[in-house]
Amino acid sequence: MDFLRPASWEEALAAKAEHPTAVPIAGGTDVMVEINFDHRRPEYLLDLNRIGELSEWEVGQESVRLGASVPYSAIMEHLRAELPGLALASHTVASPQIRNRGGVGGNLGTASPAGDAHPALLAAGAEVEAESVRGTRLIPIDAFYTGVKRNALEPDELIRAVHIRKADGPQQYSKVGTRNAMVIAVCAFGLALHPETRTVRTGIGSAAPTPVRAKEAEAFLNAALDEGGFWESGKIITPAIAKQFAALASGACNPIDDVRGTAKYRRHAVGIMARRTLGWTWEQYRGAGRTLEGAA
Amino acid sequence: MTTYPKAQNVPAGTPTKITQGSPTKGGIGESTLRPDGTLKVTGEFAYSSDMWHEDMLWGQTLRSTVAHAEIVSIDTSEALAMPGVYAVLTYDDLPAAMKNYGLEIQDTPVLAHGKVRHHGEPVAIVAADHPETARRAAAKIKIDYRELPLITDEASATAPGAVLVHEGRDDHHIGHVPHPNIVHRQPIIRGDADEAAKRADVIVRGEYTFGMQDQAFLGPESGLAVPSEDGGVELYVATQWLHSDLGQIAPVLGLPEDKVRMTLSGVGGAFGGREDISMQIHACLLALRTGKPVKIVYNRFESFFGHVHRHPAKLTYEHGATKDGKLTHMKCRIVLDGGAYASASPAVVGNASSLSVGPYVIEDVDIEAVALYTNNPPCGAMRGFGAVQACFAYEAQMDKLAAKLDMDPVEFRQLNAMEQGTLLPTGQPCDSPAPVAELLRLVKARPLPPEQEWLTAGSEGTSVDVRALPGGLSNTTHGEGVVRGVGYAVGLKNVGFSEGFDDYSTARVRMEVINGEPVATVHTAMAEVGQGGVTVHAQIARTELGVNQVTIHPADTKVGSAGSTSASRQTYVTGGAVKNSCEAVREQVLEIGRRKFGSYHPAWATAELLLEGGKVVTDGGEVLADVADVLEDEAIDIELEWRHRPTEAFDLRTGQGNGHVQYSFAAHRAVVEVDTELGLVKVIELACAQDVGKALNPLSVLGQIQGGTLQGMGVAVMEEIIVDPKTAKVRNPSFTDYLLPTILDTPTIPVDVLELADENAPYGLRGIGEAPTLSSTPAVLAAIRNATGLELNRTPVRPEHLTGT
Repeated sequence: MDFLRPASWEEALAAKAEHPTAVPIAGGTDVMVEINFDHRRPEYLLDLNRIGELSEWEVGQESVRLGASVPYSAIMEHLRAELPGLALASHTVASPQIRNRGGVGGNLGTASPAGDAHPALLAAGAEVEAESVRGTRLIPIDAFYTGVKRNALEPDELIRAVHIRKADGPQQYSKVGTRNAMVIAVCAFGLALHPETRTVRTGIGSAAPTPVRAKEAEAFLNAALDEGGFWESGKIITPAIAKQFAALASGACNPIDDVRGTAKYRRHAVGIMARRTLGWTWEQYRGAGRTLEGAA
Repeated sequence: MTTYPKAQNVPAGTPTKITQGSPTKGGIGESTLRPDGTLKVTGEFAYSSDMWHEDMLWGQTLRSTVAHAEIVSIDTSEALAMPGVYAVLTYDDLPAAMKNYGLEIQDTPVLAHGKVRHHGEPVAIVAADHPETARRAAAKIKIDYRELPLITDEASATAPGAVLVHEGRDDHHIGHVPHPNIVHRQPIIRGDADEAAKRADVIVRGEYTFGMQDQAFLGPESGLAVPSEDGGVELYVATQWLHSDLGQIAPVLGLPEDKVRMTLSGVGGAFGGREDISMQIHACLLALRTGKPVKIVYNRFESFFGHVHRHPAKLTYEHGATKDGKLTHMKCRIVLDGGAYASASPAVVGNASSLSVGPYVIEDVDIEAVALYTNNPPCGAMRGFGAVQACFAYEAQMDKLAAKLDMDPVEFRQLNAMEQGTLLPTGQPCDSPAPVAELLRLVKARPLPPEQEWLTAGSEGTSVDVRALPGGLSNTTHGEGVVRGVGYAVGLKNVGFSEGFDDYSTARVRMEVINGEPVATVHTAMAEVGQGGVTVHAQIARTELGVNQVTIHPADTKVGSAGSTSASRQTYVTGGAVKNSCEAVREQVLEIGRRKFGSYHPAWATAELLLEGGKVVTDGGEVLADVADVLEDEAIDIELEWRHRPTEAFDLRTGQGNGHVQYSFAAHRAVVEVDTELGLVKVIELACAQDVGKALNPLSVLGQIQGGTLQGMGVAVMEEIIVDPKTAKVRNPSFTDYLLPTILDTPTIPVDVLELADENAPYGLRGIGEAPTLSSTPAVLAAIRNATGLELNRTPVRPEHLTGT
């Protein structure tokens, strides 16, 4: 196994162009597990740790440009206001040590349906900045996940950053695991209210071959909130609407039975999380929400 | 807010009447600190996996990818041809007539012979100059398997025409088992359960399932074998019992035992999982073949295949009681899945059957326990050893009975609690204190933790601390769906090896004067696996010999066997051996003193003399001489074996017999919060009360109780090795999917310690390591049942079970 250590982004792109099978490694929290378990032995590892700019972020007018290697702990510490959903998702990632190493770029590169960041990115709305020696393109997050552990990157492309829309309303994130910390997702749910566009977006993790949005649930809720004048009045969402939203979120799942949980449980749990996260975000929108502690 | 154990209610070590008070600092009853403690928490302790030898090779094991198959062919040529590979060994390369090993039954091939019987069975071993080379070479070995039908449960094991997991059995159990796929069977019949059932006003029945728990010690199997010039081998290894290993290793190497010299290296946890051989023989074989030192270290994945697990079990129970709440009878059948090899299965059967009644008075019982041979992973020793599975079932039964009788579950248990003098179902009387009712009282009397601790009032209104809720930082609830439950359980565990086993230990104690100060050296073969034996041995030597400075010699096979670090026995048995050898040393010191100075003071002849603070003193406190002057240049060095009271085998038909040495009791109260919609559980508090006889080191006692409690909680809510019933393959051999409790899952564990002396035991002590593991699991289950109203006859509980999905 060759270990490539580019000193700059340009060198990294050149290396990836020369060795398209090279596996990029930054925090190593995914890649090293794969290697240690002997699940794969890549011919080349492309170490991105010397490229400091990947660990930087810029807060713009509309969105945050988050470097691929910005660690989860930095998102939790510095971007809670701009990216509340992703910050909550970051809290659920593994242990403090792993959160100091791992970043969203790795989650996107692996594209596992169990990646913790995906539901938050889907709910917030995001674009992946992919680059190769051929140029740069922005891939909408909705088009990024193409199959189980597959994404829309070309073999010569690297993830440089992800552009995430700044929150214009409350966001929430829930994840079920069978342990109270440091656990891989059985399933997860992200929800973001977008009062500016009067829309709701969602993301489901670990309950389908790829991370997915619950589009029917979103459409139903958008219509119901619109028709009922909820955005203007800020009145409490009726249990019937919440229930239907939860049922449609469950219906958006296409899960499997595996060692972590049954398909039936996943559908059930996604529905519960959809209902609860809708309740929490809406309460916050109405100005009546509780604050969360212990998430730092 | 997660709270952590506050100041604990451990009474100071008050000397009992059989304890000699000692003014020497650091004696028994004090919480002296562990010599290895700082090194371990700072990461400087050398574990067995840290060893290195110049010019050493790395060993790698190739394991079966299927659970049950004939080996049609093995082709090692490609592996052998790889540069850097020094040896590739299979069954055909074994040097001696003996090719199997085993704790009791030698049924386990060192390397598979014509057949593999479980997923992950060692088939070939490789030595190479780099671990990666060894790994790649092992991957190049070609094995052609022809798969055989699988035996995975009792039905398939005993079906007509069932394939035999072991053909041609000639072990000493084959004569009394109903089927060759049953390792051992132990019935216990006392009184007349059918007749007594007629007196019952209520009868409850239940079928219970206990999942496969792993010891999950953090230091994987590892060791270093160094060939020596005399044709023998030096083996440095992490194990639980050096001499048991030795007795299994030497015959398959074709060496006399004195040519296999073993030294204990740093052990990163054990919990029963190091009682069996893992890499020991493989490393020695490769070292002797190549003439080079060979190191083997399993990774976490391999570790799941490298040691036995806790027996999964199916337990069927029937209990009856009168309307006044007195138990009338009990019938039970316990089926333990021993997997492909016997390991400790026979002894686990003995424990499960003889402790199946729990700490209750029931005169009429009909009990049967069996262990199966299957193609599932081999199971053997783990903390609690057969008593854990039984306790889970009988405590569920106690709650069912109490509910049916509309009685308080604690009062119902107290009404039926055994006490000193109670006859156990084996006919053996309990001849030391059995404070079962009192332990239950203690946990029940504790104030309950406050409700809804996750809500905190802040400047901006109420806030929620998700860490105190089910789901924790995963942020699944802010209180929605959360219901509290409280549950109780109490358990009974034997201490020491039972059923007539010659359970001795050896200690060599040396006393001499260095730089004018008397010092002692304690040399045993006791495996320090984290239990704190090295701390306690020094405390005993200080107390008995009145020295300040005690050196603990590294454990090795140059001294006699210390028995196993298991069965809650080491402080009792090797502690007893150290005490006994110290007493013999002291007697010699006094003898020399009498010879030298007897004529100077009449007390030499008349008083009871002690060694304290480096001096010979009378029991009245008068100083007669400095030990330094008594000994001068002389060193006293004594090695003695020490035995606890003998036990008897259980009768094979009736189960009667004085089979156990001592009992250990603990009770728990569990308080849980359950998210009833998502099926997630947060254990808030696990209060424990335990009788320890005498706390030789109160801080270590607390650590054992809290650790055992947590290990019991683990198998209540998350820990399980999942075996695919269709393939008998392990599905989750990693810490990603075999979940252990983290600190955020760890409840507050307040502890009450009783010290009621057992007059038969050294210092009155009671073995303590296992009892808290028993009652923790059923207490948590009871609390979850209390919160949800569900029956929950299986552990661990998964979200699916709580949500009906």
